[in-house]
Amino acid sequence: MSHAATAHDDHHDHDHHMPTGFKRWFMSTNHKDIGTLYLIFSLTMLFIGGAMALVIRAELFQPGLQFVDPHFFNQMTTMHALIMVFGAVMPGFVGFANWMIPLMVGAPDMALPRMNNWSFWILPFAFSILLLSFFVPGGAPAAGWTLYAPLTIQGGMSVDMGIVAIHMMGISSIMGAINVIVTVLNMRAPGMTLMKMPMFVWTWLITAFLLIAVMPVFAGAVTMLLTDRHFGTAFFNPAGGGDPVLYQHIFWFFGHPEVYIMILPAFGIISHIIPTFARKPLFGYSSMVFATAAIAFLSFIVWAHHMFTVGMPLQGELFFMYATMLISVPTGVKVFNWVTTMWRGSMTFETPMLYAIGVVFLFTLGGLSGLMLAITPADFQYHDTYFVVAHFHYVLFSGAVMAMMGGAFYWLPKWTGHMYNETLGKIHFWLTAIFFNITFFPQHFLGLAGMPRRYADYPLQFTEFNQWSSIGAFGLGISQLLFVYIIVATVRGGKKATKEVWDNPEGLEWTVPSPAPFHTFDEPPVVK
Amino acid sequence: MASHTQDQYFVPDSSVYPFLCSIALFCIAMGGASYLNGYSWGPNLMTAGLLAMAVMLFIWFRTVILESPDYNMDVDKSFRMGMAWFIFSEVMFFAAFFGALYYIRMLAIPWLADTEILWPGFEATWPSAGPLGAELLAKGTPDTTAIAEGTKYSLVDPWHLPLYNTLILLASSVTLTIAHHALRANNRKQLIIWLAITVALGVWFLFLQAEEYIEAYNHLGLTLGTGVYGSTFFMLTGFHGFHVTLGAFILFVVLLRCMRGHFTPERHFVFEAGAWYWHFVDTVWVGLFIFVYVL
Repeated sequence: MSHAATAHDDHHDHDHHMPTGFKRWFMSTNHKDIGTLYLIFSLTMLFIGGAMALVIRAELFQPGLQFVDPHFFNQMTTMHALIMVFGAVMPGFVGFANWMIPLMVGAPDMALPRMNNWSFWILPFAFSILLLSFFVPGGAPAAGWTLYAPLTIQGGMSVDMGIVAIHMMGISSIMGAINVIVTVLNMRAPGMTLMKMPMFVWTWLITAFLLIAVMPVFAGAVTMLLTDRHFGTAFFNPAGGGDPVLYQHIFWFFGHPEVYIMILPAFGIISHIIPTFARKPLFGYSSMVFATAAIAFLSFIVWAHHMFTVGMPLQGELFFMYATMLISVPTGVKVFNWVTTMWRGSMTFETPMLYAIGVVFLFTLGGLSGLMLAITPADFQYHDTYFVVAHFHYVLFSGAVMAMMGGAFYWLPKWTGHMYNETLGKIHFWLTAIFFNITFFPQHFLGLAGMPRRYADYPLQFTEFNQWSSIGAFGLGISQLLFVYIIVATVRGGKKATKEVWDNPEGLEWTVPSPAPFHTFDEPPVVK
Repeated sequence: MASHTQDQYFVPDSSVYPFLCSIALFCIAMGGASYLNGYSWGPNLMTAGLLAMAVMLFIWFRTVILESPDYNMDVDKSFRMGMAWFIFSEVMFFAAFFGALYYIRMLAIPWLADTEILWPGFEATWPSAGPLGAELLAKGTPDTTAIAEGTKYSLVDPWHLPLYNTLILLASSVTLTIAHHALRANNRKQLIIWLAITVALGVWFLFLQAEEYIEAYNHLGLTLGTGVYGSTFFMLTGFHGFHVTLGAFILFVVLLRCMRGHFTPERHFVFEAGAWYWHFVDTVWVGLFIFVYVL
């Protein structure tokens, strides 16, 4: 696709000296440094949110109340989700976007570099507020990450802190998304038409559109919560003519596109890894693009499948059931294309490829359980059980998070200039994949057997599957320390990476040296 | 100065303001949350944050204005696209509140009236302050009757102040366009006069809106707490009023810059961004006038 001019490698005479210390990390306008900050932040949040998950799993190791009281348990489930969704997954993908989009489209940086820095620096402060809420009277928000009214109308100060933190995250996300869209639409190298863009760029372009469309809606929802709590409005109060179900509608109008915000960039990463290690171009590029757009469109008209049991009219239930099931068509197109890309490829199984295949397989399982949940009458049984928990961890952990891990191994040599330890990488993959399945596969059975989510205790008959799940969770958590070790070791040293790193991979990012110099593409490459 | 001006692309120098603005935002958010929960230091922290934010944004924008002669057309285009997408995000913010209005009025209120057991005697009408007032009246003890009487309210007459406000905002869009044409024709005097008229119309709108609110609170018994009608009415018009304030402030700053001789007939991104924003708040008002006041 692209053969870039490589002349820029050897004339860095006009480069500024790379800033150091405070100036480099706090005042940056460099997409690579800001991308690194995002990725470190995301990894930190992964461990904080993960620690909360382990509290949940420790408590659920056996029936009865062992370690925490039920109220604290509810704080754990709520905060685990908020931190993983808004702190780990979303910023993680923004980190990838920052690092890779300018390299992939042949731009010197993001279009609006200072705003880029502001997008990042809001996040540590927003999450400080969210985490500080543990220390106010009544503890952290405990109403579930969806913050449903009327529970959140009744909560303490922590709900207000959650609301203002969400406003800050929203500001950050919207600015980040505007930056991505403008970069992609305005900063592409000459010759890179839209239909020549790498898949990761395409998926992020569509993700950014979704972010700008729905983050303000979420801001509206939590604003109504805030005024209902403190200023006497009655949006969610039936006595005043309002309706708590209104909150659910507005929330999920945001919440469902949000699901695709967290998975589309993962699709993009997978669409880069598989062609490289199958040594074939991506099968059905244009159908991939259109499938992504179709998923994004459908994501706006399926929100009420999260609330089948809330008491909607039958027509509503049917519409949202069929619309939801339609999503499996473009998603199926994607899975088909990935598998067909591998078909008769000259495959090797380096760590990124293991992750990519793992994601394709495990995400598909999550997609299939999603299809089960989409069927309204069946959902009446599954709703708010561990089946739902298993489903969304299959799409969010073995979809989004494992795709990020694969992407990290794939581009780590480009970022650091060193090869990671392949053996350790493979060990990390197998530990993650196996422990993940031990954790979440039994939860399908728990849900089908009727164990509801968000409870600190359970009847005796659920014990064995819960114990499997808890053992798996601790294994999964501890395995991630290996991930940190591999990253730190790769940053500090290791075999020098070549410019191409892999066997003839496609894309402009492989035309610049490894590690990618502080400034790249000062002169735009020409894409043929 | 900024780096890489000799090349096709412009990458700005590093800047401390994004980081400082984040701290200011933290103070505003944390101060606000504390304020709402009765901590005495809350308002102080929030005010400090707001002041710091204002100062930081002033310096940040000043830096950009001073740099702007170095910007090439790519930067100009990036700014334009950024502003357009920002306005799209604002559209979606208002969509949430319009959607809430639609849902309450067309679905929630009729459903509430259907539940005879829960709220006997409550009928689905719009506007509605909800079943509470009707229920209290039915109980009829002196203290609840007083509260129920308190939920009686009358509506703002759409063909009085709101109609004037509609005409004012529509006129301000026209005067702004005349100013824009004057800028393109490099007629600075006309530009300043028509832009000043636009800002004045914006201020007049805000003045009438404030008068309408005072009347609603003091004479009509219509407040933010008047059930769901009061909620949707004041939240929609209130957020719109806030956006008009912001838009008028943007245009005021643009006016000051015009008076100092900034902008050329070819390069005047900020003027256009402010104008887009103004047309956006204008359009939202037309939606409000139809769906909140008239229908």
